[in-house]
Amino acid sequence: MYELFKDLGAWLTSGDQWSGYDGIAHRLAEHLQYSLLATLIATAIGLPLGLLIGHTGRGAFIAINLASFGRALPTVGLVVLVFLASGLSMWPVYIALVALAVPSIVTNTYAGMTAVDPDVKDAARGQGMRWHQVLFQIELPLALPLIMTGLRLALIQVVATATIAAYVSFGGLGRYVFDGLAQRDLVQVMGGAVLVAVVAITLDLALSGVQRFLFRHRPA
Amino acid sequence: MTIDWSWIGDHTDDLTTLTVSHLQAALSAVFFGLLISLPLAVIAHRVRPLRGFLLGLSNVLFTIPSIAIFVLLLPVSGLTRTTTVIGLTVYTLVVLLRNTVEGLDSVPVKTKEAAKAMGTRPLRTLLTVELPLALPVIMAGVRIATVMSISLVSVATYIGDGGLGQLFTDGFQRNFPTPVIAGVVLTLLLAVVADALLVAVQYALTPWTRRRA
Repeated sequence: MYELFKDLGAWLTSGDQWSGYDGIAHRLAEHLQYSLLATLIATAIGLPLGLLIGHTGRGAFIAINLASFGRALPTVGLVVLVFLASGLSMWPVYIALVALAVPSIVTNTYAGMTAVDPDVKDAARGQGMRWHQVLFQIELPLALPLIMTGLRLALIQVVATATIAAYVSFGGLGRYVFDGLAQRDLVQVMGGAVLVAVVAITLDLALSGVQRFLFRHRPA
Repeated sequence: MTIDWSWIGDHTDDLTTLTVSHLQAALSAVFFGLLISLPLAVIAHRVRPLRGFLLGLSNVLFTIPSIAIFVLLLPVSGLTRTTTVIGLTVYTLVVLLRNTVEGLDSVPVKTKEAAKAMGTRPLRTLLTVELPLALPVIMAGVRIATVMSISLVSVATYIGDGGLGQLFTDGFQRNFPTPVIAGVVLTLLLAVVADALLVAVQYALTPWTRRRA
C-alpha cells in the first residue's frame, strides 16, 4: 500500500509525465475543454427551459419527470449507443455529457423560480412591469443562488463523467484510467482518478467562491 | 440502428441474471447508505458543531467521480462486488444524510416537547416520534438515492462488475447495438419500478399525511 502511494506520488510529480501529447497538461486541457463546452451547451438548453417553466408555471410536471429520467439514464449506455449510431466522432461524448447536465440545471432553475415570493412578483406587476421585466429584473436575480447551485452540480457531474471520452477513444484525463486498466497499470489508473477528483473539487470550490462573492450582501 | 429481437429472445436468461445482479448492487448500496446515514444524521441533528462537518464531508465525497471511487478502492477490495457496493454507498450518503438531517429538523419542537412531557425517554422519542415524522423527507432521499444507484451501477462495468452495464461493454466491443439498447431500457425500467414501489411503501408507512391532504 505504501509502495503504491509512493509510485503514485512519483507519477503525479514527474516532469516527463506532465509534458507531451500524452502528458498530464495536455490531457487536463482536453478534459476541461470537453467539460466546459458540454456544460455551456447544457446551460444554453437548460436555463431558458427552467426559466420558462418557472415563469409560466406550466410544464412543471414534465420538468420533474425529466429530472428523474435523467438521473436514471445510464451515461455509459448512452455514450455507447450514440457511438454505435454515429461512428467515431465527438457526438457521443457531448450528447451524453449534455444529457447528464441538463436535468440538474432545469430542476434547480425551476426550484429557484418557484422559491421567489409571489408577493414580490405581484408588486412588480402592480407597478406596471412587463413580463420580461418581471422575469429579468425580479425573478432571475432572486433565483440566481439556486440557479448557480444547479450549474455547480452539473459541472461537477460533467467533469467526473468526461472520463468517458477516453472510453470511445478520445482524450482527457480518462485516458489514464482506461489505458491503465488495459495495461494493468494501477498507478496510472489511480493517477488519472486522483487528477479527475482534484479537478472536480477545485472547480466546485472555485464556483462556490464566486457564488459567495456575488451574493455577499444577501442574508443567507 | 435496428434491434435484433432474436438476440433478446436467445438471451432472456442472461438478461434476467444481469438485472437481478444490477438491482442487488443498487439496493445493497442504499441499505448500507441508510445504515451509515441514520446514526450520523442523528448525531448531526443533535450536535450542531458536527453538522457542518458531516454534511460537508459527504459533499466532498460526492465530487469524487464514480469511476475514480471504484478505481481508488481497487487496492483495498480488488475487482469484486464489494468494490461496487462500497463505491455506490459513498454516493448515496450525500443524499441520504442531507435528507435525514432535514427530516429530523422538520419535526415540530412542540411535538418533541409533548413527548418529553409525557415522560417518553429520548431513544423512544427518536424511534417512535421523530423518525416516523421525518419519514416523508427521508423517503424522498431514499427515492433519489435508489434511482441514482441504479443508474450508476453500470459504471462498475469498467472494473468487471456493473450488472446491466456489462451489456454496454459487450455491445461496444462487438459493434452490436441490441445489448446496449436492452441495457439502457432495462436500467430505466428498474429505476421507474423501484421508484414507484418506494412511493407505495411511503404511502403505506405514513397514513397520517393522507388525512391532511
